[in-house]
Amino acid sequence: MKYLDEYRDPQLAKELIERLRRRTFSKKEIRLMEICGTHTVAIFRSGLKELLPPEIRLISGPGCPVCVTANEDIDRAIWLSGKPGVIITTFGDLARVPGSSSSLHIERSRGADVRIVYATLDALRIARENPDREVIFIGIGFETTAPTIAAAVQQARKLGVENFSVFSAHKLLPPAMRALLDAREVNIDGFICPGHVSIVIGAGAYREVAENYRIPCVVTGFEPLDILQGVTLLIDQVESGRAEVENQYRRAVTWEGNVAARKLIDEIFEPADSTWRGMGVIPKSGLRFRPAWKKFDAAERFAMPDIKVREHPGCKCGEVLRGIMLPTECGLFRKGCSPQEPKGPCMVSSEGTCGAYYRYQSAPLR
Amino acid sequence: MDPGLVQLDQGSGGRAMHELIDALFLSAFENPLLLERNDSAVFEIGGGRLAMTTDSYVIDPLFFPGGDIGSLAVHGTVNDLAMRGAKPLYITAGFILEEGLLVDDLKRVVASMARAVREAGVQVIAGDTKVVPKGKADKLFINTSGIGIVPAGLDIAGANARPGDLVLINGTIGDHGMAVLCKREGLEFENEIQSDSAALNGLVERMLEAFAGIHVLRDPTRGGVATTLNEIAEQSGVGIRLFEEALPVRGDVAGACEVLGLDPLYVANEGKVLAIVPASGADAVLSAMKSHPLGKSSCLMGEVVSDDPGRVLLRTRIGGCRIVDMLRGEQLPRIC
Repeated sequence: MKYLDEYRDPQLAKELIERLRRRTFSKKEIRLMEICGTHTVAIFRSGLKELLPPEIRLISGPGCPVCVTANEDIDRAIWLSGKPGVIITTFGDLARVPGSSSSLHIERSRGADVRIVYATLDALRIARENPDREVIFIGIGFETTAPTIAAAVQQARKLGVENFSVFSAHKLLPPAMRALLDAREVNIDGFICPGHVSIVIGAGAYREVAENYRIPCVVTGFEPLDILQGVTLLIDQVESGRAEVENQYRRAVTWEGNVAARKLIDEIFEPADSTWRGMGVIPKSGLRFRPAWKKFDAAERFAMPDIKVREHPGCKCGEVLRGIMLPTECGLFRKGCSPQEPKGPCMVSSEGTCGAYYRYQSAPLR
Repeated sequence: MDPGLVQLDQGSGGRAMHELIDALFLSAFENPLLLERNDSAVFEIGGGRLAMTTDSYVIDPLFFPGGDIGSLAVHGTVNDLAMRGAKPLYITAGFILEEGLLVDDLKRVVASMARAVREAGVQVIAGDTKVVPKGKADKLFINTSGIGIVPAGLDIAGANARPGDLVLINGTIGDHGMAVLCKREGLEFENEIQSDSAALNGLVERMLEAFAGIHVLRDPTRGGVATTLNEIAEQSGVGIRLFEEALPVRGDVAGACEVLGLDPLYVANEGKVLAIVPASGADAVLSAMKSHPLGKSSCLMGEVVSDDPGRVLLRTRIGGCRIVDMLRGEQLPRIC
C-alpha cells in the first residue's frame, strides 16, 4: 500500500531497533508516555514493546477518547437514549462502555434506538430522514473529531434541521497533559505526542509542556518506523538534557496545525471545565456550545436530571489512564473483565490500554 | 451487567456467539456430531457418508458489489459442505419476506440464486415461503440447508490440525466484509471493492485430487481469518503462527481498513478457504489451488506449532510477536 508500506519497511525497522539496543543509557529507566489510543494499539500490533531495550518503558496515558469519557457522561447518554422518540447516534465503541448500571448497547437490546455512525454527517442525515424524531449525536473525542462535529452543527443550521442536537463530551488534550504533570503521580521523561490530534492543534501546541515542564515532546506518526523514530528522537533529547518539541510526523503535521479546523471549533464551541475519568475535573479541558449555538446542545434541549454515578468498585481504569498502573496489575484483568464483559472503558475500546493488553500481548516468540 | 437480553454481538461470529452456542444450543441438543463444531456434520447412512448443514442469511444491503443475498445463500451453504470434502448435491431454501418488499428485488435475488446453484452444480429441491408484516423482518431473510456426499478416504475436520502442518489460503482476505460495509455505509473509495462471494466446491475438489490428506478446510466467514484460526487452534489443541508479511490483503481493502481502523484479519470472507495441510502435501495443494480460477493468488500464510495450544500468534513485519485473538464484540471503526 503506497504511503504506508514505506513506513513498515522491516529492514529499516530492524536497524532502528538494533541502534537503540546498542545504546547505553544514563538512566536505569526512561519512561515515555503515548497519549493517543491509536499509538497504544499500533505499538501492540507491531509487537514493538518487547523489541525495545529494557531501559525504555512505553506507558500509556489518557489517549483513548472513549476511555476518558466520564461515567456521568455515559449515564447521561443512557438517560437520553430512554427519552421517547429519541435516536442516539454515536461513534464506535462508546455504545459498549458500561455506565453506572447499563450501557447504550444494553439499552439498544431493550428497545432504545442507538445507531453507530461512521461520520457526524451521517447523524445529520439520519435527522433529516426522521423529521419527527429527535436525533442526538453523542460527541466524544479530542480535537480530531471536534471539527467534524462543529461542521455538522453548522450544516444543520444552514439546512434548518431542527431535530438535531449534540451532547458534547469533547476533550482537549494539552490541558490533560498539564494536569498529569501537575499531579506528580507518574514520572514521565517524554511524551510521544499524538499524530491525528496534532494535525489539528499543530506541534506548537506542546511548546508550553516542553518549556515549562521541561518534558521532551515528539509528535509521532503511527507506523512502526514512525514510532521507532519518535522514540529515538525522545531518547536523544533525554540523553542530551534537552526538552523541546520535535515533529517526526512532518508528512501530516505542521507547527500551526489546521487553522481552519480550529476556527470552526472556535466558532461553535468554547473551552469549558470537563470531568475526565480517573482524573476528575480539569479546567478548560472540554468544549461546550457557545451561547449562539445553544439550540444544538442536547444538554440544553433536554433538562438533564442529577445523576448519581456508581463506579465499579474494582475497576482501575482511572489509574491505568493516568499511567500509574498497568492493566495487568488490576485485580479484574482477565478475572471478570474482558473485552466481551468489560467492567471499564479501557477494556471496551479498541484503543483502550486494557483491551490492547488483553488482545495483543504475548510472550516473545521462542 | 447481564440484562438477560440477546445482544447484537452474540451473532457476530466471535467469542460472544460461541459462548451463546456452547451455553444454550450445544447443551440442549447434545450429540457427538454437533459437539464436533464443524461447518457441516458428516454421518453414515446406508454405507455412504453424507454431509449436512444449514445457514441463514440476513445481510443488509440485499445487493452488494460482487453478489447479493441470493448468491450468498447458495455459496455459504455449498461452502460449508465443501469444507468437509463433501460433494454438495442438494439444497433447500426458506424465504422470510417482509411485507412491502419489492417484487422486482425478489425476482433479482431468485434469479441470482438460480445462477449460483447452476454454477455450483447443486439443485434446490425443497423450499418454504413466509411473509411477515412490515417491520417484523428486514426486507428478506433466507435460510438454506444443504446435503452432500463425502468421498471415501477423506477425514477433514477442525480437530485435525497437527504441529508441522502449513496454513494456506486461496487469496486475499477481508474483501466481502469491506465490500458490504462500504456499500451499506455509502463509503466511496477510488474503486468499488468487490465481494469474493463464490462457491468453493470446485476448488476444493481440485485440491483433494492433488492431495487427499488435507487435515482441515474452513471458510473464514464472519469473524474473519483470525476467528476461524482460533477455532481450529482450540479444536485441534495446537498453536498457529501467522507471518504478517505473508497475509494477502488487496490494496483497496487494506486502505479502507486503515481509514476505518479495522483489521482485515477480522473481516468476513465468502469465497476463501483456509487449508491446513501436512508439509509433505503443501506444495501439491498450493499448485492445485493456483491452477484454479478461484485460487490464482493462493499463498502460504502460517504454520501449525505445538507451542501455545489453542492460540494464534502473529510474527510482525518488524520481528515482534502478538496474539491474534478471536473477534470479541463487533469490530467497530475507530473514532480518532
